[in-house]
Amino acid sequence: MAKILALTGNEAAAYAMMQINPDVVAAYPITPQTALMQKFADFVADGDVDTELILVESEHSAMSATVGASAGGARAMTATAANGLALMWEIVYIAASNRLPIVMPVVNRALSAPINILCDHSDSMGCRDAGWIQIYSENAQEAYDNTIQAMRIAEHPDVLTPAMVTLDGFIISHGMEDIRLLEKKEVQKFVGEYKPPYPLLNPQHPVTYGPIDFHDYYFEHKRPQVDGMENAKRVAVQVGHEFGQKSGRTYGLFDAYRMEDAEIAAVILGSTAGTARPVVDELRQRGIKAGLLKLRVFRPFPAMEIAKVLSGKKAVAVLDRSLSFGAQGGPLFCEVCSALYNEGHRIPVINFIYGLGGRAVEIENIQEVYQKLGKVAKTGNVTKIVNYLNLRE
Amino acid sequence: MSQAKEPGYKDLPLGALILDAGNSEKYETGGWRTFMPVHDPKKCTNCLLCWILCPDGAIIVKNEKFAGFNMKHCKGCGICAEECPPKIKAITMVKEKK
Ligand code: SF4
Ligand code: SF4
Repeated sequence: MAKILALTGNEAAAYAMMQINPDVVAAYPITPQTALMQKFADFVADGDVDTELILVESEHSAMSATVGASAGGARAMTATAANGLALMWEIVYIAASNRLPIVMPVVNRALSAPINILCDHSDSMGCRDAGWIQIYSENAQEAYDNTIQAMRIAEHPDVLTPAMVTLDGFIISHGMEDIRLLEKKEVQKFVGEYKPPYPLLNPQHPVTYGPIDFHDYYFEHKRPQVDGMENAKRVAVQVGHEFGQKSGRTYGLFDAYRMEDAEIAAVILGSTAGTARPVVDELRQRGIKAGLLKLRVFRPFPAMEIAKVLSGKKAVAVLDRSLSFGAQGGPLFCEVCSALYNEGHRIPVINFIYGLGGRAVEIENIQEVYQKLGKVAKTGNVTKIVNYLNLRE
Repeated sequence: MSQAKEPGYKDLPLGALILDAGNSEKYETGGWRTFMPVHDPKKCTNCLLCWILCPDGAIIVKNEKFAGFNMKHCKGCGICAEECPPKIKAITMVKEKK
């Protein structure tokens, strides 16, 4: 029987980690992730897990220790946010290149400067090319569910790719919700035992991790990462389905909310999707055919699948909670536009940059998005491609 | 060298791992040399410090005695010449001739 507890997003993610019972966790505190690791440290102190918790001196070391443990054959995890993730950067790439299925909750927070501890997606978006799977959560329940599923996806033999599970800093990480927890033994059964293909700590079969690799092989060694990432799409759908059978909550690559007959639609990542849902409902009551595409798996990017759902819409808005300086819009916008272009759909798409550094996104801000979208749908004209939501001029 | 003989990306172990232990023997570092070590058997006391300290295992020892350099792997670093005891100096580095 599922247990219902009132938990914050951080606690929910920590519960997922406790129920996974990883062999090694290495961590360094950073707001807003601190409470997550604090809760996990409670589980360690209370003997609820067998985990070796390594307290390191920086995030660079946290990721390094996690990589070392994972290469050694352990199921290894860590968690971080913002500048912590930035400090991990070098080793974040190495985890992916070594094909180590580490799972890491990332509690989304703005990158400095100016220094800011509140939510935006610039941290995880900044490492979208690092080779990690990225799963975005809408609420604390999803942070819990996604953390458990990410383990299965990352460790799948066709994938063997590390995964980040994001949760919006403070909005999800510190907001309390009713969380439906699985039993620990159900989670244990779901994630199964990790059987590392080439553990470093196997004296019968000594292997070398991280050798030097020049122009003659580096290229060939990078290319299989593309396949692992591509396979993650199929595996994420499988695992999401199986998770649904256990929990009643089925997951796909995205959630298409009232999209079937929608004429205008917004594409959103993270907690803001929850703000958009009632706006869509209200528009529907007024006879406006609005829809919402909440993207869950950003890496691998489900381009064809998204293009299919958006095809035939009169206008689409893509919301980005991060900037990509010098690009043609936010990172999600650019991905969605390429997906549509490659599938041959010429739909007007506008971009909204929003919520940087914790700037509030209220119902009326989302209403403004759909109002603008309605205008674009009517005229077919896009006057301003990139818009800034709730920014003082 | 013909490209066709080299393995393609699907043939390689994941994560650039090296699965066969001790295969550094196949990697010939001899091509890196600018200077090569030259040994003087008249001075050598067979203390074997050079054998202990050579980073590439390129000192050949037979019957507990210095027996030459493995030039396929000697990369010409000069550590052996440097570490050969000061009063002996049985190894000198000379410019590699092409
Ligand atoms: S260190 Fe010098 S003396 Fe000792 S074995 Fe080597 S060459 Fe001979
Ligand atoms: S030069 Fe360097 S590599 Fe060559 S034998 Fe001497 S110590 Fe070894």
